[in-house]
Amino acid sequence: MLDKRLLQEARRTRCFLWLTIILGLFSACFIVLQAGLLARIINRVFLEGQGLAEVKIMLGLLLAVFLGRAVVTWLSEVFSHKTAAGIKEDLRQRLLSHLFTLGPNKIKDESTGELVNSLVEGVETLEAYFARYLPQLALAALVPLFILGFVFPLDLLSGGIMLLTAPLIPLFMILIGKWADSLSRKQWQSLSRMSAHFLDVLQGITTLKLFGRSRAQLEVIARVSDRFRETTLGVLRVAFLSALALELLSTLSTALVAVGLGLRLVYGRILFEEAIFILLLAPEFYLPLRLLGTQFHAGMAGVSAAERIYAILESDNKQETNREQEINEEEKINKVKRTKKETKIEQDTDKIQATDNKQDTNKEKHYIKRELSQEQFKELKVMENGLSGLRLKCAENSFLLMENVYYAYDRRQGEVLKGVSFKFSVGERVALVGESGAGKSTVAGLLMGFIKPDLGKIVCSSQGALLCLDSPHPNNEGQGEQWSSGSVLTKWRENIALVPQHAHLFSGTVADNILLGRTDASREEVVAAAKLAGAHDFISRLAQGYDTPVGEGGTNLSGGQVQRLALARAFLKEAPFLILDEATSGLEEAGEARIQEALEYLRPARGVLIIAHRLALAAQADRILVLSEGRIVEEGKHEELLQRRGVYYRLVKAYGGAA
Amino acid sequence: MKDFLSLLKLLKPYRLGIVIALLFSFLTVVSNVGLMAVSAVLISWAALHPPILDLMTTIVAVRFFGISRAVFRYLERYFSHDVTFKILKTLRIDFYSKLEPLAPACLKAYRSGDLLARLVGEVEALKDFYLRVLAPPLTAFLVLIGVFIFLSDFDLKFALVFLVFYFLTGIIIPLTLKRLSRGLKEEMLEVKADLNARLVDSIQGMTEITVYGQAENQLRLVAGLGGKLARLQGKMAGFSGLTQAGSQIAMNLAGWCVLVLAIPMVASGRLEGIFLAMLPLCVGTSFEAVASLPLVFSYWEESRTAWKRLREVTEAPNYLFSQAHEPQSQARTLTQHLSLTQTLGQSQPQTQTPVPVQIPTPNSSTAKIPTLTPEPNPNPNKTGTQEKVISVPELTGQYSLEIKDLWFRYSPEEPWIFRGVSFNILQGEKVALTGPSGAGKSTLVNLLLRFYEYEIGTIKLGGKELKSYRPEDIRQVFGVVSQTTHLFNTTIRENLLLAKPSATEQEMWEAAKKAKIHDFIQSLPQGYDTYIGEGGYKLSGGQRQRVAIARALLKNAPILVLDEATANLDALAEREVLESLLELFQARTVLVIAHRRAPVKKMDKVIDLPSVQYE
Repeated sequence: MLDKRLLQEARRTRCFLWLTIILGLFSACFIVLQAGLLARIINRVFLEGQGLAEVKIMLGLLLAVFLGRAVVTWLSEVFSHKTAAGIKEDLRQRLLSHLFTLGPNKIKDESTGELVNSLVEGVETLEAYFARYLPQLALAALVPLFILGFVFPLDLLSGGIMLLTAPLIPLFMILIGKWADSLSRKQWQSLSRMSAHFLDVLQGITTLKLFGRSRAQLEVIARVSDRFRETTLGVLRVAFLSALALELLSTLSTALVAVGLGLRLVYGRILFEEAIFILLLAPEFYLPLRLLGTQFHAGMAGVSAAERIYAILESDNKQETNREQEINEEEKINKVKRTKKETKIEQDTDKIQATDNKQDTNKEKHYIKRELSQEQFKELKVMENGLSGLRLKCAENSFLLMENVYYAYDRRQGEVLKGVSFKFSVGERVALVGESGAGKSTVAGLLMGFIKPDLGKIVCSSQGALLCLDSPHPNNEGQGEQWSSGSVLTKWRENIALVPQHAHLFSGTVADNILLGRTDASREEVVAAAKLAGAHDFISRLAQGYDTPVGEGGTNLSGGQVQRLALARAFLKEAPFLILDEATSGLEEAGEARIQEALEYLRPARGVLIIAHRLALAAQADRILVLSEGRIVEEGKHEELLQRRGVYYRLVKAYGGAA
Repeated sequence: MKDFLSLLKLLKPYRLGIVIALLFSFLTVVSNVGLMAVSAVLISWAALHPPILDLMTTIVAVRFFGISRAVFRYLERYFSHDVTFKILKTLRIDFYSKLEPLAPACLKAYRSGDLLARLVGEVEALKDFYLRVLAPPLTAFLVLIGVFIFLSDFDLKFALVFLVFYFLTGIIIPLTLKRLSRGLKEEMLEVKADLNARLVDSIQGMTEITVYGQAENQLRLVAGLGGKLARLQGKMAGFSGLTQAGSQIAMNLAGWCVLVLAIPMVASGRLEGIFLAMLPLCVGTSFEAVASLPLVFSYWEESRTAWKRLREVTEAPNYLFSQAHEPQSQARTLTQHLSLTQTLGQSQPQTQTPVPVQIPTPNSSTAKIPTLTPEPNPNPNKTGTQEKVISVPELTGQYSLEIKDLWFRYSPEEPWIFRGVSFNILQGEKVALTGPSGAGKSTLVNLLLRFYEYEIGTIKLGGKELKSYRPEDIRQVFGVVSQTTHLFNTTIRENLLLAKPSATEQEMWEAAKKAKIHDFIQSLPQGYDTYIGEGGYKLSGGQRQRVAIARALLKNAPILVLDEATANLDALAEREVLESLLELFQARTVLVIAHRRAPVKKMDKVIDLPSVQYE
């Protein structure tokens, strides 16, 4: 029941642990002293016929011992809690920061309920492990040994009984504990699953009512509860068995010691004072072991929780195999089929990398209008459409490029992206369209660095700096580290703002939520961003305006309103690139027109990628990329693509020719 | 106290189990007292060198207690935990069954993470009500009586000393310290709740946190709260350490006092010497029963807050439901409001000219204007069960919808959402309902489904007032697919069969084919038995919607409501799905709710929500 990883955690607060052990020794001393004094007093009064006056010094000493014990008890409680608190804090931080490095695409598989449970309850469970179980373990090892040192010289037989039974107790604990361990794991799982199930039922209660099934859910809850009761009782039945064995061992041996002492006393083979001393010590000898038994469950729960916590901590971004080779072979076959355009883009990237060293190629100018070294920032303070004060910093020569990118979530289910290449620059408005499931959101995830490409490159050139997200090379340690250290990713993400389809509002005020885009923005800028996103009107109507609390426990906003706040947030961020991932599907026509206006306003400072299956926004884009079956199959302006009568034409036609 | 009694009521069915568990718990303590007391007597007696046979009974008693303690403890634990988990089940069912009729209105204010904490956390905390709140004092009381009687047999003084220290340890010390740490405890709970909310935010808002580089910041916030919590917990530990130390001293002192009292008695021969060792041991060991009492108070606090929070959800005074549940007040407000709107309706009959209208409130003086129309049925609740109800929906029924002068707002403090909405939908019509976000399109659906009660105006279904039907029957009439339609964390099959548990494989496939999702499902390795993850996360947005549409199709209701249902589909699929739906539902009513016009071309009628009300 000692988890190595948990003990390593304990090492961080080693001095506290040592203190706990020293305090344990002190308490053992006091126990022996107390028993000795009591035995002597009783002996004097009972057999030697002394009165109160003769034993009053010893009675006074006894009081002092009581006080000493109490102080030790208090101190050990305080210290063990300190130990636990430090460790818990540290673990929670590590868990959270690890989840952040894993990123949003990875945690989609986990249910939020279970993750929160691990983060909150799981970490709290460790309190019992560190504050109760571990100190008790120390006591259980020290106190019996100390007592034995006093019993053996006085009475071999009693000492022998104690010595024989004591090791049996941990033995039983380990034997039964191992058995109960797997059951305990099950219990933890079923508790986790039960909480997830409940959340699910409650979130879906409206749906259940719609189908007239909400009442029937009672039965399911009863069934789930019963199953939980059964598994938990199953665990406890066994866990209690270990307690039974422990209890039985200690009480039965106390009884044996007592009877043995009594019999030897009759024959005068032992002194009364010694006999009563040993009797007083017998329960104290077993007490720490028994208490360890009661903490055993806490210990197991801690280890189970730790299991889950470390599973999260050790979960990797993606299992690497010899994917590289697989793709390379596919590549060879595909190369022949490749279109000219793709090759061009590849050349392009090669050129860009070349410019890092020398800056004289003239072909590249065709793609990169201005030289990378020439940083051109524009500070615009525009008064337009009543929008004022939003700072627009822009680097005109920035671009974002994706080259021959492959990606599969799960190789068995096939590739989502099969060699996607495109590029867009600041000042451009590009739309990415395609049927649902074509891989549009995967492109967004890759561009944000949430997931790594299996193969291919993603390059961002911004403000003169060139950043590259490569496919991970299994034999290249350095790059793998770069990914996890996130220094590249952090810089990368500074350049891109994303509005996801379902935006999250954090607990805090409306202003706080917009400020997330750029924390040092002034109130004027927040208002300007909100106006730009068409959120200002409804915010002003809220009871406390921009200071209205939203998110968990705050005012409820409609889906469209949340989406507008998310847009405002993204507008505020001074990133040269903006990705709207189905961000306007919650908005009505007027709202969408508003966004068009806003994008037009932002045009000099932003490159915008609109991911949409709604074609109204897409139709007005400078360039439309059509994604189908993991590839970009068409590219061009709305009219051009319509004339081509290809995939885009079909999409538009289906939409009713609205655009 | 009221909380305590209402909780006790929940335990009532488990009386027998509780009595058994209590009995074993008492016997466990008594066995230990017996073991130590009899052993002390045995040794003291043996010191006087009696014939060995005289000791036999005592020896047997020592051995008996040596075994019985462990057995009783095991039984006590088993039974008390069994009771605990039964209580847990009762609590859950109790909570859910109270919540279910009020949903979704009562859940408007709660979001998922909070609900999780509430339902699971609070119910979990309450399950310990018996084990940690009820059982310890009752056991302590039984032991008190037993030991008191035993000690007073020797001398009343012993019994009284025991009584004093027993109370001191069990009640006075823990209560005093609890009072001292009360503020701390409240602060701790607050910080804990904050931390919890932060963590939920961190996980659910991970995309935004990553995009905006807020990870560091979020970690710092969590660390700040965590540190604060740790400090508070540290202080709390100090208090609990003090409680423990105090109780320990009191226990030792009790034995000490008994000893001091007994010594002169032995010296003077009023007490036999063989009992001298036994008395302090007996007193000391019996304190085992009060050892867990200090925690009782904090556990009770926990239970009570948990209980209160659960009831907060289920018993919250709900503006909309208080009307539905109090026929008297509803009758009054209804007539008032009706008279008022009827008057407005009469004074401006179908004129398009915008006449400035005062926003009527229930208390406004205009309510005094005499009614021009006969009194409407003021008490729909009473009549609800008696009037003819729609049973299993069949297409032979008449399902026209007639909405007239509908006024609605979520609470008296909030602005009106509908200000006299009126329109009709005939059976079989294909209608598009449009309006900007916030116009109340989804609210209207909620009203049609009677998730909320409307105050003023009428909604007629098949010519009869909506309120005269049972809500369950109304919901049978509507098949609803909305953007918030929930998919459960189970298989596709179970999600679909929710609509019609008795459906055959063929029916299910049919529905899926019509929603254009069948082929996709079949392409999955596990087909219809594929688990779709929390909220259907393993499916794309469009796939989720198609599954939801298939589910609604399987329900085969006379009125189909598509509340932005196809917003997540690409244009091609949306058109396909909508067209096939309209075709399929030729005989039925289809209400398509959209803030865009594009997908709703072939409609019989387009209702623009803002333009069908006075303002």
